[in-house]
Amino acid sequence: MESILVLTHADETGATLTRASLEAVTAGKELAARLSAELTIGIVAAKPQHLSKGLRCAVLAVEGEPFAQARFATDAAACEALWRAAQATIVLATHSSRFARVMAAVAHRAGGAIDTHVTTIGGAEDVEATRWYYRQRIEAALARATRPWFLLLDAGTHAPFACEASHSNVEEMAIPVELPPLRTEVTGLRAPQQSQQTIRPDAKLLFVAGAGWTKKQPDGQVHVEEAGRLILDFLAKSGASLGSSKSLVDQGGEGNSVLPFLTHLNQVGQTGSTPRHPKGLATCCHGEEPHVVGWRFIGERRAISLDANCGWTRGKADVVYVADAFKVMKRVNELLGGE
Amino acid sequence: MPHSLQIIVCAGIVPDPLQTLEPTTTPNGPGIKNEMVLPAVLDPWAASALYEAANLAAKNPGSKLWLVSLGPKAKLQQVMMTIAQKVAFELVPIDGPIGGFPDAQSTAAALAEAIQTIPALDRDKLLLFGGWESASRGAGVTLQLVGERLGIADQFQGVDRIDLRDNGSFEVLERVEGGKHQVSVCAGAPAVLGWATGNLAEPRNNPQVGMTNMRTIMPALQKAKTIALAADGLRYVSVSLPKQQRETRVEKHMTPDEIAGEIVAWIGKDSQ
Repeated sequence: MESILVLTHADETGATLTRASLEAVTAGKELAARLSAELTIGIVAAKPQHLSKGLRCAVLAVEGEPFAQARFATDAAACEALWRAAQATIVLATHSSRFARVMAAVAHRAGGAIDTHVTTIGGAEDVEATRWYYRQRIEAALARATRPWFLLLDAGTHAPFACEASHSNVEEMAIPVELPPLRTEVTGLRAPQQSQQTIRPDAKLLFVAGAGWTKKQPDGQVHVEEAGRLILDFLAKSGASLGSSKSLVDQGGEGNSVLPFLTHLNQVGQTGSTPRHPKGLATCCHGEEPHVVGWRFIGERRAISLDANCGWTRGKADVVYVADAFKVMKRVNELLGGE
Repeated sequence: MPHSLQIIVCAGIVPDPLQTLEPTTTPNGPGIKNEMVLPAVLDPWAASALYEAANLAAKNPGSKLWLVSLGPKAKLQQVMMTIAQKVAFELVPIDGPIGGFPDAQSTAAALAEAIQTIPALDRDKLLLFGGWESASRGAGVTLQLVGERLGIADQFQGVDRIDLRDNGSFEVLERVEGGKHQVSVCAGAPAVLGWATGNLAEPRNNPQVGMTNMRTIMPALQKAKTIALAADGLRYVSVSLPKQQRETRVEKHMTPDEIAGEIVAWIGKDSQ
């Protein structure tokens, strides 16, 4: 008989559970219902009392100022204490940076196993997890005999659980945590050095800029400044998140003209991120990186490219416009500006 | 004031990212078709860790750098012919299976055991580096498990920068959600740092460094311990390539105005 623990954490403000944590709650509720298993939710937060309202199941929580910060030593101790209190056979949590930093260590301390970047939890009577290998190129479903089994779920794979504040919990219990000596202090968050934030995980559209923006245009000149203006203008008007091909980001290190607001954090693909957005628009991209790996979890996909024969877009994009992205995006911005 | 460090980089080898991959079944479970003959490279994020480690070691005289790598001996030798020309290091090879499908827990146990056999390793000066995720399994757990097995209580993942201070402490930038970095200050070694891209370009090949490295790499490869990785209760139900092939509409004759109009309408529409 399985028992399930869903580990959650508060957001930066400490006032609410993260959206991704609530997605894990949904996954936990679905799995518990399917397996007729006992479900417990664990909360890591400085002040968890008000966060448990509406979760509608047994809640265990650690509390105290050390848990306001995302730090290995404290978070690992907290998650370990929550698991020891719950003694669950399956532990679900979101694959946030906070939990990804610690959960393998916690699984090790619990004598269990861990799998991360899980996209679906299936199986008939058994539990099977689906995840991707080789940077989103090969998909595998796997099962484990080892318990406890820790599963970190990718964000965006489940609907967030809708808490109804009017519902009180069956049980709420504070769990004591023995902390090790702390050698690390979190001093804050730092945004990339750029005039505005271009990475927006909740955006409906991912705009991917490729190296073509910095290449010579039909007049024989490069127009990097114009490209930068067009892209930033589009991001401001559309609210899109900005992704980039590796080749474009790498140009900065090779002494070429670059778009100053791009960093490696924007990079999608093999050595970048694989973001989840409902729509994606790739511009001036060529190759497998943006169109296959970086686009794996993009819903509707369109591309603007001068290369009518780019094989990478065929079968990967819904629509390919063979056109000059400078002209198209200039007109797109005019149209968006007029709305 | 420079601090001598003992930096260990854990780095696997993966198929060159430009290769087409096809899953297959082997006697030991899932694998990649023709994996042994595909060109291989040092795992990209782990390579960033190696270059950052070499840079840090160069700035802190008396520091030492090891590269711990698990893979088939022949593939390790092939990759080392290139990597050895980049930066100076001592190789600790483990002759074992290649690929992303073996269990991470078993891999971590093998790496931790190899690290524990390094003679005269000073754990108080140890910085354990690696990629925050591999390009094969991509789980981001192996380095963390190695750190846990070595009893290291300070771990950082998605690292893009480390600044060592005069008192031995360091400031570290880790990637977090929303394109931001979390800034932390750690009292000093020992610590685990799983690197993302970092800030350094790939060093140019230096044949002199390569020749010096290869003098120790070849004997180390000859003496590499051969291991098998236990499945540890892991069972693959299915392994497959994604099948979704889209019907791509290629528009060659639309004007920029027409395309822009269609894109703006598409952006404004709710997703299916």
